[in-house]
Amino acid sequence: MNQRSSNLLDEALGLDQSIEPWPLRGRIVAIEDQVETSGSFVLHHILKRSLSPNSSNVSIFIAFSQPFSHYDRVLRKLGCNLVTQRDNNRFFFFDMLMLQCPGGDEGISPECGLIALYGKIYKTIVALPEVSSKNVTIIIDDLSLMEVAANGSSDYVLDFMHYCRTLTTEFDCSLIALNHEDIYSSADRPTFLLQMEYLADILIKAEPLATGLASDVHGQLTVLNKGMNYRQGSSRNKISNFHFKVKENVVECFYPGSQG
Amino acid sequence: MAESICRALRDGALEGEHAPALTIKDSIASPFGFHVFCHVLSQLSSFILAGKSQSGGLVVVSFSRSPSFYLELLKNKGIDVVSSDKRIQILDCYSDPLGWKDRLIEAGNFTALSHEASNSSTANVLKDVKHMDKLYNSIVERGKGLIGGGKNRFSVAIDSVDEMSRHASTSSVAGLLSNLRSHDQVSSIFWLLHSDLHEARVAAVLEYLSSMVTSLEPLHQPANGHRGDLENLSLIEHNLKKGKFHVRIKRRNGRVRVMSEEVHIEQSGISFTSLSSEGAINQGLVPKVQFSLELSEKERIDRANVVLPFEHQGNGKPIQIYDGRRSLADSKHERQVAATEKVQTNEDSGGGEIIYFRDSDDEMPDSDEDPDDDLDI
Repeated sequence: MNQRSSNLLDEALGLDQSIEPWPLRGRIVAIEDQVETSGSFVLHHILKRSLSPNSSNVSIFIAFSQPFSHYDRVLRKLGCNLVTQRDNNRFFFFDMLMLQCPGGDEGISPECGLIALYGKIYKTIVALPEVSSKNVTIIIDDLSLMEVAANGSSDYVLDFMHYCRTLTTEFDCSLIALNHEDIYSSADRPTFLLQMEYLADILIKAEPLATGLASDVHGQLTVLNKGMNYRQGSSRNKISNFHFKVKENVVECFYPGSQG
Repeated sequence: MAESICRALRDGALEGEHAPALTIKDSIASPFGFHVFCHVLSQLSSFILAGKSQSGGLVVVSFSRSPSFYLELLKNKGIDVVSSDKRIQILDCYSDPLGWKDRLIEAGNFTALSHEASNSSTANVLKDVKHMDKLYNSIVERGKGLIGGGKNRFSVAIDSVDEMSRHASTSSVAGLLSNLRSHDQVSSIFWLLHSDLHEARVAAVLEYLSSMVTSLEPLHQPANGHRGDLENLSLIEHNLKKGKFHVRIKRRNGRVRVMSEEVHIEQSGISFTSLSSEGAINQGLVPKVQFSLELSEKERIDRANVVLPFEHQGNGKPIQIYDGRRSLADSKHERQVAATEKVQTNEDSGGGEIIYFRDSDDEMPDSDEDPDDDLDI
């Protein structure tokens, strides 16, 4: 049931085929959501797929939004035990809820703040056995709260994201980040949002329906898979759009008009 | 047109003049700027290695991609950078632009893996990109190292002015670019800019510094509808594979030449074609049904020639509104004419006409209530 209903999302992400080697290797996924349509379910789904028993994937989860117990509860309902995965060194949880960077540009010291976080992620990856063969997924929930922790400095957050990006080229990690579109879209120039959109290889937008609220459809997902292969200078842009309904143990994705 | 830009960069600067400078500008709606940058980079590299260009070397300042990316890109175009007689150097502003790795090592308990060791001969890591002076010196040093002294020149490619602008003020970025342009050993320079990441004045400053500006725009503007609209989706998808490529070249004599092309992003890479007519573009978007939804050329002309009853002709005559009743004089003429021809044919230049026959001549025109009272007819 789980597999069948999330198939559209898996298909759009390239996860419907074999997940070994991890199809999102070396790729950056940016998820944008809104107040009416939370995109956290996409994060949970990717996390669950990456911790699938069929793969040797390792996930590093950087949480600014919720404590471990929250994700444990959510993933349990999706059929994934985070405690076991953590004990097996397949899941690393970095609790950033209390992170508060010191103010001022020059006051950023490597002992705390985002530089330290980068260092911690780097050390975790390097310490993994056979690091070259592992597929590491870095998940960030979420960027707007990271910006809050960085005292509102979006530049600092973008620097951090750049360094995480170097991890994708150095270790072939995948990088998944959630951001809230409606926080930035009202600005004259939503630079922070656009920077992430330029950076992303796959852009997922969770938006409400054009027709407003509905009881059996919670929103629509638009997945833009750039499929870029700059090595050959080629690009296979593919755009998918479908509706979703978030249920207790599963998320149903279906084409508009074909409920179920 | 894309070829003319590459040729201009290849030919380089005249003695005593600034080097030609190209800005490649795009936006999120048409994000092909990097494809164009890679295209120009490979073309210029080929010219340099074939000895066909004024410049004897190329310095690639990489902010947004790792050096290994460029090595592989050029390798796929048949250019082996490592063995290319050291004509191409990559200044690595990507791996550790702010020196975070060094600071972590200093703070202890951190070991950076030495990566890309094989590229160390061609890639040089810059760990402090905030200071434009240092960056300028690094670029010039690399360039001189490539060509030696004398009258030889080198070219510079900067893959992201946006990253530079994040770390330094607009004036210092402009200063760096201007200094490079006026350096007597720089043959040509080009850079990429995402216009929607900056205020308009930043893009304007960079355009003033350039002798050539290429901008990418979407072919179709999606209507301000919701994303879920299928038509909008297909337009967006279309825009991700094709775009408009505008080129503005400032000549030495002050004349500005503007050209446009269509750019296609395919599996095999990027290609440029001349702008097709709007009809051909729309062909792809018309749904396939068994009746014709489009107008032929003749039909289009006829439609354009129809004079609408309330349309102001602007020829100074008082506006005559035909309400369907003919005056006596007209109707007499009509009866004579009607006998010979049923249908009014147009023998002039094909002007269309609206022929309106009232149901009954006894019908009085609407008297008290004029529904068009509030209109300015």
